[in-house]
Amino acid sequence: MSARFASQILYPLAGVVVIIAVWVLACWLASIPTVVLPSPDKVLRSLIIRSDLLFSEGWITLKETLYGFLLALAVGLPLAVAVANSRPLNLMFYPLLIALQSVPKVALAPMILVWLGTGLESKLAIVWLVAFFPIIVDTAAGLRATPKELLELARSLNASPLQVFLKVQLPAALPFVVTGAKVAITLAVIGAVIGEFVGSSEGLGFLLLSATSQLDTPLAFAALFALSVLGIFVYALVGLGERMMSSWLPPAPERH
Amino acid sequence: MAFGVIKNVRKVFQVEELGSTALEPVVALDDASFEFGEGDLVALLGPSGCGKTTLLRIVGGLIAKSAGSVAIGGREITRPMGDYGFVFQSPSLMPWRNVLDNVLFPMEILKRNDAAARRHAHELLDLVGLSGFLSARPHQLSGGMQQRVALCRALIHQPRLLLMDEPFGALDELTRMEMNDLLLRIRHETKASVLFVTHSISEAVYLSDKVVVFSKRPARVAREITVAIPYPRSQKVRFTPAFTASERIASEALGVIAPIAEEAKAS
Repeated sequence: MSARFASQILYPLAGVVVIIAVWVLACWLASIPTVVLPSPDKVLRSLIIRSDLLFSEGWITLKETLYGFLLALAVGLPLAVAVANSRPLNLMFYPLLIALQSVPKVALAPMILVWLGTGLESKLAIVWLVAFFPIIVDTAAGLRATPKELLELARSLNASPLQVFLKVQLPAALPFVVTGAKVAITLAVIGAVIGEFVGSSEGLGFLLLSATSQLDTPLAFAALFALSVLGIFVYALVGLGERMMSSWLPPAPERH
Repeated sequence: MAFGVIKNVRKVFQVEELGSTALEPVVALDDASFEFGEGDLVALLGPSGCGKTTLLRIVGGLIAKSAGSVAIGGREITRPMGDYGFVFQSPSLMPWRNVLDNVLFPMEILKRNDAAARRHAHELLDLVGLSGFLSARPHQLSGGMQQRVALCRALIHQPRLLLMDEPFGALDELTRMEMNDLLLRIRHETKASVLFVTHSISEAVYLSDKVVVFSKRPARVAREITVAIPYPRSQKVRFTPAFTASERIASEALGVIAPIAEEAKAS
């Protein structure tokens, strides 16, 4: 057995086993009622019996998360380019963006619901809102962090603005974009759940809420578990995208 | 007429150019005048922050001068000419490109990235001893190797003038000596004209046909020294009387040591 296997699989697995053991013991010895804290086997049963429901609701939450995230990318990237390259635009909008970021987005959710209804649109808007900021802020920072010498080199060769952007600024900013996207995708899941909490009739967030209101705590835990899996899955998707670009990106130690 | 004519160049940075922290304009360069011939290697020597880098960027057309004139090959420089090579203090390679593609970057911008360009890139990398590292990424190379790639990148489009801004300042002394010899060899092969900013007296004397010594900021030309040591040079010339004599004159012009005449008076 290699040390790598031990450190990457054995020890993390042992940690999970310990936690579950403590959980089982707690339920047993303290005889905690299932409504308060269901034992792992009950959660597992709920996961298996209600798997169809979890998948269909999870699919809805996944769609909200991914669409909202892609929307945030589609709007955030061009806006970041505009803000980073135009001083007037930067002066006009950057302080506003930073100020807006300090607004708790959860607090906006009820209003968005009033404006857009309880369907997919309001979820997309909330996800977009929370995922948009890290993307624009990190991308703009990356574009501005382009080494001065590379810009001067390009300028000394009379490079066109498009050449400067495509061959220097964009690749230089890419590691920052990936960092922003990683933060954004985790926030996107939270955004989707918030949207479902505030007003929805579907999705894992809604399932979680309705399960607890019906005192079906094992199902609530199962939904929670499904949400974690979903979060890991979408994060892995972004990681996959990063690896596909790895020939382009500088090696890890140089990244910020 | 000389290939390069720099006449009464003055540069005052206005507050807007300096950013929000500056309160008043800064005179970076007071009055710089000198000439050099085609194929010359001229060292611009002066204390750090004296404005010699500013002059280099003016000659390169990257920043506008406040007064005076700069003519290279009979053309007045007001904007980048596209046929100069730049080497900066840091190698400034693109981490997302391999060595060969870093060298070819100028040819891509100039839309001349053809088979001939690739052949030339191979020749240059061979010349600097990096032919085995064509597909290596910059982070896999040492500082000296990175700067050699930067040198190839500056030469790939066969520039009329090579502008070097303390290119070996960040290297250790042995690597720096190696790079000096490499530069002289490349200069010999390519016949490039070179303006070389440095604050090392011995590097300036070792490399150049002529050393232009600048005073502290605001910089003026304190002295022009013609180095009468024939090329090809090797590290041995550092121990010749002609070399130390040039070093002495440069040191006097920089105010590092008192002139011989005054020393004699004092004693």
